Amino acid sequence: MCGIVGLFLKDRSLDTNLGQLLSDMLVTMTDRGPDSAGIAIYGEETAGRSKVTIQSDTPDVTFADFERRLGDLVGKGSSLRIKDTHAVAEVPTGRVADVRAMIDGLDGAVRVMSVGETMEIYKEVGLPKDVVSRFDIRSMSGTHGIGHTRMATESAVTTLGAHPFSTGADQCLVHNGSLSNHNNLRRELKRLGMRFETQNDSEVAAAYLTARMKDGLDLGEALTSALDDLDGFFTFVVGTKTGFGVLRDPIACKPAVMAETDQYVAFGSEFRALVGLPNIDNARVWEPEPSSVYFWDREASASRTLAA
Amino acid sequence: MPTFDLATQDLRDLNKALHTIPAGTNDLDYEILNPRGSHAVAVGCSDPLNISVKGPVGYYCGGMNAEATITVKGSAGPGVAENMMSGMVVIEGDASQYAGATGRGGMLVIRGNAASRCGISMKGIDIVVEGNIGHMSAFMGQSGHLVVLGDAGEALGDSLYEAKLFVRGTVKSLGADCIEKEMRPEHHETLARLLEKAGVTGVETSEFKRYGSARTLYNFNIDNADAY
Amino acid sequence: MTYHNPRTPPRKSWTFDDQTLAEIRRAAATGIYDIRGAGAKRKLPHFDDLLFLGASMSRYPLEGYRERCDTSVDLGTRFAKKPIHLKIPITIAGMSFGALSGTAKEALGRGASAAGTSTTTGDGGMTNEERDHSQTLVYQYLPSRYGMNPTDLRRADAIEIVVGQGAKPGGGGMLLGQKISDRVAQMRNLPKGIDQRSACRHPDWTGPDDLEIKIMEIREITDWEKPIYIKVGGARPYYDTALAVKAGADVVVLDGMQGGTAATQDVFIENVGQPTLACIRPAVQALQDLGMHRKVQLIVSGGIRSGADVAKAMALGADAVSIGSAAMVALGDNDPQYEEEYNRLGTTAGAYDDWHEGKDPAGITTQDPELAARLDPVAAGRRLANYLKVMTLEAQTIARACGHNDLHNLEPEDLCALTIEAAAMAQVPLAGTEWIPGKTRF
Repeated sequence: MCGIVGLFLKDRSLDTNLGQLLSDMLVTMTDRGPDSAGIAIYGEETAGRSKVTIQSDTPDVTFADFERRLGDLVGKGSSLRIKDTHAVAEVPTGRVADVRAMIDGLDGAVRVMSVGETMEIYKEVGLPKDVVSRFDIRSMSGTHGIGHTRMATESAVTTLGAHPFSTGADQCLVHNGSLSNHNNLRRELKRLGMRFETQNDSEVAAAYLTARMKDGLDLGEALTSALDDLDGFFTFVVGTKTGFGVLRDPIACKPAVMAETDQYVAFGSEFRALVGLPNIDNARVWEPEPSSVYFWDREASASRTLAA
Repeated sequence: MPTFDLATQDLRDLNKALHTIPAGTNDLDYEILNPRGSHAVAVGCSDPLNISVKGPVGYYCGGMNAEATITVKGSAGPGVAENMMSGMVVIEGDASQYAGATGRGGMLVIRGNAASRCGISMKGIDIVVEGNIGHMSAFMGQSGHLVVLGDAGEALGDSLYEAKLFVRGTVKSLGADCIEKEMRPEHHETLARLLEKAGVTGVETSEFKRYGSARTLYNFNIDNADAY
Repeated sequence: MTYHNPRTPPRKSWTFDDQTLAEIRRAAATGIYDIRGAGAKRKLPHFDDLLFLGASMSRYPLEGYRERCDTSVDLGTRFAKKPIHLKIPITIAGMSFGALSGTAKEALGRGASAAGTSTTTGDGGMTNEERDHSQTLVYQYLPSRYGMNPTDLRRADAIEIVVGQGAKPGGGGMLLGQKISDRVAQMRNLPKGIDQRSACRHPDWTGPDDLEIKIMEIREITDWEKPIYIKVGGARPYYDTALAVKAGADVVVLDGMQGGTAATQDVFIENVGQPTLACIRPAVQALQDLGMHRKVQLIVSGGIRSGADVAKAMALGADAVSIGSAAMVALGDNDPQYEEEYNRLGTTAGAYDDWHEGKDPAGITTQDPELAARLDPVAAGRRLANYLKVMTLEAQTIARACGHNDLHNLEPEDLCALTIEAAAMAQVPLAGTEWIPGKTRF
C-alpha cells in the first residue's frame, strides 16, 4: 500500500538531474505512504568493480570497524563511502562473495541493502523528504532510478521492510498492492536457496523475479511468468542494470501512470508525481494495461511491450 | 470571474467557496489554475457554476457534482465525476480508471481515452468517451448510457443491469451477461441526442453497435454458476 | 442376565450429523448454497467466558444510586469539526431499508433517540422516516452506493465507510428478488424483483492508500464537519485497525464474526472471520502502538447482548459498542407470540433467519406492507429504548462495583477468564491464576 515512482533516462544529458527529479517525484507521493521510504539509483559503472550498499543503526561505531575489516579483507582495492546510516563499499566484483561472508559474520550489525555494479539503495523509516535529504539523493546522478514510499500492510515498519527490495545483483523491485500467496511462494523459493530478510510480501516478488532470471529468463519473460504465479493485487516497477519494467496484475486496481518523451520514460502512482518532469506537457501519458509487461532496456535496440 | 490558483491557495478554500455561493450571485464562472494533479478539485458543487480547470487533476475531480459544469483542460485521475447527480463534466484529455463511477445523472464527456472500469456501477449518468475505454467498463451498470467512439477493452458490461452501451469501434470481449443488441430507431434517436449534447460531430449513429444485459443473471440459477 | 442376539446399536456419525446430512440433501436438490440472515450460530468463545473482579478490600466500590458513573462518549474527535456526543456508549449498527421494513427503521430511530444514541443507515440509502426519527444518524458509504447522494451525505451526522462486516469479511451482499419492492427498487435504481448482488470491493478505490484520498474527497464534500468511521469485519484486526487509522479514520468500527447480516451464504457466516472476543485486544494494541487509543475511537460489535457484554468490551479497550441483532429482538424479532406462523415457515421462534425472504411474521425483515404494518414503530421504539437503558444500567452496575466513575475506566485487569481459550483471546488471566496463554508462563 504505497506510492511508487520510477524514471528511466533515454537522454544521457539528464543523468546529472536524476537524483533531483526522482526525489521530487517521490516527495509528491508522501501521502500514499507515511511509514518508510527508499530509493534505488543506477549510477556510474567502474569496470570490474561492484558496490555493496550497507546499513547500520549505529553507523558511528560500526562503519569505522567495518572499514578496517574491509581493508584487512580486500586491501587497497576497496573503498567505503559513508552517507548517514548507509555506506557504499566498492570492491572488485570477484570479491563480493567474500565481503558478504564477512558481513554475515558480523551478527547483524550491518545489513546489506543492495549489491551491484551500478545500483545503490537507500531506505529508512520516515517520510520521503527526510529520507531524500539524509542521503543527499538530490545530488546523485545516474541512468535510471526507482523510489517508494510505504504504508505498511502486514509486515513490520523497519528499515529492512522498506522498499526497494533487492534480491539479486543490480536488481530491485517496488510494489503497490498486497499479495495473497506470498507465504507459500516464500517457502518454495527458500527451498530453492533464495535468502529472505523480512516477512514482506514484496520481497517475495523480488526474489521470485531474481529466481526466474537465474533460470535464464530475461526481465520481460520473468515478469510474464509472474502473472501466472503471483496471486493478489500488484503494480510493480522493477530495475535491472540496463532495464526498467512495469507490471500490473490482471485486475489492475492499484493506480499507475506512465509518461514517455524522447528524453525519458517515467512512472508514477499518480499523475502528481510526474508534473515536475521536463516537457511533461508534451509527453505521451498513458495508463499501463493489466497483465501487460512493459519494459525498456538500454542495451536492446527498442522498448518492448509484451501482452501476456 | 473568481480565480483560484492552487499553486498558492488551499484546496479547502476553493471547495468551501464553491459550496457557499451567496444567494443572488450572477457571476457563476470560476477559473482554477495550477491544479497539478490535485485530488478532490471542485467536489460536491450544488449550484449551476461554470468551472474551468486549467490543467490536469488527480482523483475524484467533480465528485458528487450537482448542477455545475466543470471543464478540465487536461487529464483526470481516478474516479472523475464519481457519483455525479446532474450537471456536466468535460475532460479534454484522458481519464484514469473509475470515470463516472456510480454516477446517477448529468453527463460526463471524455475527449481522450478512459482507462479501466469506466462507468462502473453507473446509476443513470450518461458518459461519452471520444477515445477508447479500458477493461471492466460499465461493470454492474444499472442505468444510464455509455457511448464510446473508439474501442472497448475486455469484459465490457460484465454483470450488467439496465445501462445501455454504444460502441463505435471494436470490443475486445463482452463480460458475463452482456450481449450485442439490435439498434432500433429509438436507440438511434437516444444516441444522436447524447452525441449532440456532448458536442461530438462527424459521426453517424449507424456506426455504433448497442450492448445490453441478457438478463440471465437476474435471478440465481446454478447452471449459470460459471458466470458468478 | 443373558444376552440374546447381541448387536451394536445404530450409531450416527459425529462428522455427518443430522444437520450436515440435511444440508447435503438440500444442496443436491436445489443447486444453490444456503442463504440466510443473522450471524454465526456455532458455539464460539465469547464474553460469557469472562468475569469481573468486583471491589472488596483492595479496591473500593462506588455507591449504586448516588455516586456518578459516566456513560457518555464523544466520537469523531480526531479530525471532524462536529464530533458526535452520545449519552450512552451503545449504538445501533447499520441495517438497510430493504433488509428491514420502513416501520422497523423508524422504530430503531425512535428507540435510539430516546436513549440518547445513534442509529445507522445501511445498503440502500437514507429514508425520511429514519432521518426524521433519528437524533443522530450515521450514513453508511458502501460498495454498492445504492441511494448515495450528496444531500443525504450532508444531512447525516457521521459517515461510515464500510470496508467489511463480521458476518462476511471479504464478501459482498445479496438481496433476493422477493424483497426488491417498488420502493426498494427505486431507491437502489434496480429493476423490481431481481436478485441484487452487492460488490465486495468499493467501485472507485482499493486499499488504504487510495482510501485516504477517498476520505479526503468526502471530507471536502462535507466541509470537514462529519466524523468519518471505517467499518471492518473481524479478520486481521491489528492490521485492519492500523490501516484504518493511517487512511485517516476518526472512528474504527470492528465487527466480529457473530455480527449479523441481512443475507449471505451460511458457509460464509459460519466459517470466515474471528470471534468478537478475539478481535478487540489486537485492535486496541494497534491503536496504542500508533498513540491513537481514545483519540481514534473504537466501536466493537458482534454478539453484544447485555450490559455485561458492554462492560466487558469496554474493559478490553472499546470506546463504545454497537448492536444489531439484539436491537431487532428488542423490536420484536423472533417473538414466540408468532410461533404458529414461524412453524408454517418451517422454523421456530428463536431460529428464524430467512430474513432475505421477506416473510417475517414480526414485520421487521420484510417489505410486505401488511406484515410491516404489524410493527408499531412507537411501541417498538419504546421497547428498544427500554432495552438500551437496561443495558446501560447493567454496565454501570458492574463498573461501579469495580470502583469506576466512568465506563471508559474499566480495564482488562478488571477481568478474569473462565476458559483457557477466552484467556488467550482476551489476553486476561485464567481465573485464579496469573496465566495469560501466549503472554505469561503458567
